[in-house]
Amino acid sequence: MTTVEERLLPSAEPVRLIDQDGVFHDHPSYLKPASDLLVDGYAQLVKGRRINDQASALVRQGRLAVYPSSHGQEACQIAATMVLRDGDWLFPTYRDIVSIVSRGVDPIEALTLLRGDWHCGYDPYERNVAPQTTPLATQLIHAVGVAHAARLKGEDTVVVAMCGDGATSEGDFHEALNFAAVFKAPVVFFIQNNEYAISVPLAKQSVAPSLAHKGIGYGVPGEQADGNDLAGLLAVLGQAVEKARAGEGPQLVEAHTYRVQAHTNADDAGRYRHEDEVTPWLDRDPIKRLEAYLTQEGLLDDAVKQRAEEDAAQVATALRDGLMPEPVVDPADLFEHLYTEPTPQLKEQAAFLRDELAREEA
Amino acid sequence: MTHVKITMAQALNQALRDAMKADDTVLVFGEDVGALGGVFRITDGLTAEFGEDRCFDTPLAESGIVGMAVGLAMNGMRPVVEMQFDAFGYPAFEQIVSHVAKMRNRTRGKITLPMVIRMPYAGGIGGVEHHCDSSESYYAHTPGLTVVAPATVADAYTLLRKAIEFPDPVVFMEPKKLYWAKEEVDLTESQPGIGTAVVRRDGADATLIAYGPTVPVALEAAEVAAAEGRQLTVVDLRSIVPFDDVTVCAAVRRTGRAVVVAEASGFASVSSEIVARVTERCFHSLAAPIRRVTGFDIPYPPPKLEKHQLPGVDRILDAVDDLQWEDS
Ligand SMILES: Cc1ncc(C[n+]2csc(CCOP(=O)(O)OP(=O)(O)O)c2C)c(N)n1
Ligand SMILES: [Mg+2]
Repeated sequence: MTTVEERLLPSAEPVRLIDQDGVFHDHPSYLKPASDLLVDGYAQLVKGRRINDQASALVRQGRLAVYPSSHGQEACQIAATMVLRDGDWLFPTYRDIVSIVSRGVDPIEALTLLRGDWHCGYDPYERNVAPQTTPLATQLIHAVGVAHAARLKGEDTVVVAMCGDGATSEGDFHEALNFAAVFKAPVVFFIQNNEYAISVPLAKQSVAPSLAHKGIGYGVPGEQADGNDLAGLLAVLGQAVEKARAGEGPQLVEAHTYRVQAHTNADDAGRYRHEDEVTPWLDRDPIKRLEAYLTQEGLLDDAVKQRAEEDAAQVATALRDGLMPEPVVDPADLFEHLYTEPTPQLKEQAAFLRDELAREEA
Repeated sequence: MTHVKITMAQALNQALRDAMKADDTVLVFGEDVGALGGVFRITDGLTAEFGEDRCFDTPLAESGIVGMAVGLAMNGMRPVVEMQFDAFGYPAFEQIVSHVAKMRNRTRGKITLPMVIRMPYAGGIGGVEHHCDSSESYYAHTPGLTVVAPATVADAYTLLRKAIEFPDPVVFMEPKKLYWAKEEVDLTESQPGIGTAVVRRDGADATLIAYGPTVPVALEAAEVAAAEGRQLTVVDLRSIVPFDDVTVCAAVRRTGRAVVVAEASGFASVSSEIVARVTERCFHSLAAPIRRVTGFDIPYPPPKLEKHQLPGVDRILDAVDDLQWEDS
């Protein structure tokens, strides 16, 4: 018999299986993920880091309007998709490009929003990745709807719904948790607590003991993990997904990580935090620590490392090549997609723009 | 071909029932819509007939209700949600504006949201604060939404059926003061679809343009005007978005004069849009500026004062009198 507290309360300390020196520690409730999973995860981390850094470079070159990087948060990005099956759903935010790509979406299509040639550039049904959502926490409740529909259809789909620490203050975060709990919807809410919402630190966002504690009021089990430890994340998220799939209802997971870069390239983090605060986090880097662990265990030979590097180089090239040419945009798109059948008024306005463009060309 | 005498509330209930029978993916949910059947009984008996999976109560959170509908619609369902009252739809405003309205566009049509947001709206029932808002302009102003307001019992049935079958999201505004209006109707009779206005009464002298709760008032005014020797056309918009410019403009051109009648405050409203677009299109046919009879630009008044806010027959007739007849 477990008590309510045992069922709902997160671990007292964030679950960590591999520490920042790459040393593995046993955990009473979580098993070490299989070695091949960690090796595959390592390759994905390296690739994810490259996506982040290449995208940031492409902003500087004017090829992307803006890029909210998940540099330093790649373990969260990768873990969120590694625990999913094909038919499952992912609900990402603006910061979760690496997750989206790791789910199998074409990187150029994934960057459409930030390149500015359309809003959502990929087909959400192709890989079951919802459009990236910017209005904070609003996507979490969609995730509940998708999960509930799946249950009504008798499918064993699980939905991973992502958000940041700041977003947990939004009303929709709470409504989503409550709805998911009441309808027993198979949703894993995954908070990447990177300690900042633009300039506002976590301390001003919430005085809850942890963000994972926020599940308790809704009867949703919470758990917290070291967000820079891929092994711990895979164990915690994997278990949460399993429980959700088994019909135990929604789960809440908080990953403790850190936004080592500014909110986006347009932000000046120097205005609200000291570099001293950032430095220790560089030592907690998710790639370094997994690399140290895998190397010590003899799981990371040169061939694996080389393959990871090559994969990363390949995606970087794909980004550069794909984003260098000016995107082809079609003004007709402005009117075509709003309704299945455009209203008479939109048809008039589309014709107006067509004429205007024709006159400009003449 | 059977004519029955039913209320608008019963017609809406029948529409939901028939839609749920016709299509398993139609789900009805909201606050108190289950065992109670909704505070206006529009969902009466649906849980009993179709089960808890098809018609259910949700936790009390409108953003959650609409947001969940978005997710359900993304995954193969046709949700029909109820906002308990007009003014209690506001917590869902972000979901409606940022997601319901934009999803199709932002995904280039990959995701369509066949969903209906039903909302009892407008006043005239002696409702206390926050129970009588005419909020249609907010939705009509939002590209991507389709906004419908029935004024007759037959239309309540037809338009709700069509809204549920519609491929895109529809905000369905139910004039709550007409819920108990009874009409002899044949529900199987085919009615025009969404996007089509209907001329409810023909008259050569001036046109009254109305929708939802003001249609019966406009018809009553036309009746009185006829007795006084002036023949008025009454156009019932039925659908605010898409707007039926063709029917409205044809009526105005034929009559040369027009009055728009709406309960909502006039400033920056559906009524101001109608005046603007009809003037743009029919200027040379107009013998007088188009007049409006609308609510004042004030929050909806308490019950003891609401009669001053509501467009009534006299105000409509006064506006018609003001249409510069001396020049003709
Ligand atoms: C409803 C809403 N309010 C404000 C914003 C502007 N905004 C964008 S990101 C952001 C900070 C969000 O912080 P957090 O949830 O911690 O996510 P992070 O950016 O750190 O990944 C804000 C305030 C928004 N996108 N949506
Ligand atoms: Mg944050």
